[in-house]
Amino acid sequence: MRDRIRSVLRQHAQLAQTIEELSDEADLYRAGLTSHATVNVMLALEDEFEIEFPESLLLRRTFGSVRAIEEALSSVPSPSSRS
Amino acid sequence: MELAHLRRASTARPPSLTSPMTDPALRLGTDIVDVRSVEASIQRFGRRYLERVYTDAEIAYCSSGANGGADRFAARFAAKEATLKVLRPTDWRPEWRHIEVVRQDGGWCEIQLRGPAATLAKEQRIQIVSCSLAHEQSYATAVVLGSYRAPTTDSLSSPDHA
Repeated sequence: MRDRIRSVLRQHAQLAQTIEELSDEADLYRAGLTSHATVNVMLALEDEFEIEFPESLLLRRTFGSVRAIEEALSSVPSPSSRS
Repeated sequence: MELAHLRRASTARPPSLTSPMTDPALRLGTDIVDVRSVEASIQRFGRRYLERVYTDAEIAYCSSGANGGADRFAARFAAKEATLKVLRPTDWRPEWRHIEVVRQDGGWCEIQLRGPAATLAKEQRIQIVSCSLAHEQSYATAVVLGSYRAPTTDSLSSPDHA
């Protein structure tokens, strides 16, 4: 999952550093993630994992690091698991 | 004489500004957005991007602009972020669509808050009083001004705050 998250970040986060330079815990906002780029990351993650982020996860910290994104994605039910 | 009047005016402080460091009467928010980034988002995600961030009225107005209105959308995104800087949500944040830039007939814009964004403003005792947007080919920017009213005894008893 982390490789797919990193791939999305590589394409859409527009960071000041390459994603390869950052640890899973590194603060993406400090690395240059802007509010607008966060929208792109969110939409691209939804495409990649076929989910939709609920309003409850529209938090700054949701997209704060690779690990935070992973934890958020793990908490979102996939379409196949929805009743 | 006029100068003396101005000096007096500049040193006289309204009651609401008596302790600006701990109890500011005004909050200012600003943001700047790369128009090309917005243009790229529209091309990449299309209506999904627009409908996640902008209201139907914003989409209708901005889309009528040249080149898909990316500069107008960018200015509105900057205004939404500037508004969030005024509202200062600590963790949870309102959806972008709950902060709407409403264009007036005269050409200026106002911020309208809805749903959770309006609730947050009420809880924070903030009223958005003014905004200004600007954009050119590469960048768009916005400034939003909020008025904060502290829950002091004076403000509760003054007829001006009824």
